[in-house]
Amino acid sequence: MDISLQQVSYAYAKDTPFEKRALYDVDLLIPSGSYQAIIGHTGSGKSTVLQHLNALLKPTEGVIRIGSTVVEAGKKNKKLRELRQKVGIVFQFPEHQLFDETVLKDIMFGPMNFGVPEEEARQRAIELVRLLGLPEEVMEKSPFDLSGGQMRRVAIAGVLAMNPEVLVLDEPTAGLDPRGRKEIMELFYRLHQEKGLTTVLVTHSMEDAARYADRIAIMHNGKCVLQGLPMEIFSDEDRLLDYRLELPQSIKFQKKIEEMMNEKLPTLCLTEETLAEELARLLKKEREV
Amino acid sequence: MKREVISLQEVTFTYAEEDTSVRPAIQSMSYTINEGEWVAIVGHNGSGKSTLARLMNGLLFPQTGTVRVFGEPLNEHNLWDTRSKMGMVFQNPDNQFVGATVQDDVAFALENNGIPFEEMVERVQASLVKVKMNDFMNSEPHHLSGGQKQRVAIAGAIALQPRILLLDEATSMLDPQGREEVLQTVRQLRAETDLTVISITHDLEEALLADRVIVMNQGEKYAEGSPQEIFERGQELIDLGLDLPFAMNMSRLLRAQGVQIVADHMSEEELVNDLWTSHFNK
Repeated sequence: MDISLQQVSYAYAKDTPFEKRALYDVDLLIPSGSYQAIIGHTGSGKSTVLQHLNALLKPTEGVIRIGSTVVEAGKKNKKLRELRQKVGIVFQFPEHQLFDETVLKDIMFGPMNFGVPEEEARQRAIELVRLLGLPEEVMEKSPFDLSGGQMRRVAIAGVLAMNPEVLVLDEPTAGLDPRGRKEIMELFYRLHQEKGLTTVLVTHSMEDAARYADRIAIMHNGKCVLQGLPMEIFSDEDRLLDYRLELPQSIKFQKKIEEMMNEKLPTLCLTEETLAEELARLLKKEREV
Repeated sequence: MKREVISLQEVTFTYAEEDTSVRPAIQSMSYTINEGEWVAIVGHNGSGKSTLARLMNGLLFPQTGTVRVFGEPLNEHNLWDTRSKMGMVFQNPDNQFVGATVQDDVAFALENNGIPFEEMVERVQASLVKVKMNDFMNSEPHHLSGGQKQRVAIAGAIALQPRILLLDEATSMLDPQGREEVLQTVRQLRAETDLTVISITHDLEEALLADRVIVMNQGEKYAEGSPQEIFERGQELIDLGLDLPFAMNMSRLLRAQGVQIVADHMSEEELVNDLWTSHFNK
């Protein structure tokens, strides 16, 4: 599903003395099947944009198109239920949304609410428990008896159980240990590729944005100030600093090395692995000369 | 000899007292933290880090062993006095907001501790300036972004002028610059006062700043030492679900590509120097 935001503005508590503008004229196009990262410092409006993607918030001005659904400022919508089935959002600390008696019931809740038969919902839940690398014995346990990392996985399974076409992730790995973080990010990436999902990742990690995203948008003071390929976004350090962002570690280190050898590597290295390969290639060439 | 601030002796804690089949959350932990020290506690999710934090501030009491704070065994009588010397910041600031506005929230603990009004106003202002949130004095905490909330929570903790600052994953929701600012704030506080910092973290760059690192695994102390000593364990840490600092990972990746590197370097400078000496400076 293509997603587009056109001239979207949003104000919290509009027309009250507490009105607070959060978004200004945001234009953003997310093509179907792409992996879009949204970066920006805290308070830049990232999470507000994200809540528009399944019409939890409706724009106070402008139009949002999500597949065939049009959400327009000031108009009523009928198709939101369908939309919310297709767009799955993993919020910050999604484990706060857990509520049911057992892990399986919790994961089954969403699909059953949307009319999926119980047995089918159960099968889906069991598959998801396995897919997320949770031990089988947690299925009949209360989600509240699990560790923080496991609770996070159950909550993510609950979103995936809806078989969404668009997966929206708001800092999905905050608070997880490094291994858990890597496993979850790799899982999202695999699902993105295998199921052809459209993925939208809101993150503070420049490394994750560089590693996984096809496209990156930068939010700053409620505006979408820059959009482009990771290579483009990370080629201008000064501009990133203006937006209170920085380069991914691999590129920062690449720059130090380039300065030291007074020679540029042929490409911007978005990951540590690419940087190691490029450096090795260069050093080999030096030896042969 | 520095004064002891917090010490644990043979502390064991379990959430399920009746059920002996459940592994205790903390098992036979002992360590001492001295005044002015910065200690990082690292470990995988579920390794007992947060339980440890709750044992150190008296939210939980151990079944066996003793927790001493400022030399006194922590008990229900001295709990409140002890907590007034301890600033705490948790991972999710939503769980610790009480005030209707940012300044009310920061003032809350001060009011509880009977700080005179004028001084309170000053301290609130000063701590919000320190975390760069003074423009938001009258905002509602719930309208702030995750990272802004975190900085307000930190302001609330430092307004107490605590002797101990306990950070439980406190920078995990911040953007890189926000994190750097907060850590800078902590460094500055430590330079000005004899503040003891205990940071429970997954952020290795944060752990590198500490004087000492304690590694937790499955409720037990797995290792303890300077960041240097700890990270030299390399692969062992990865097997525990942790990670290595960037420069070490880079060293290992380069070696895997057949580049000659003399050691797993802890800092980027060392790695750059190594590459320079062995490959370019010929």
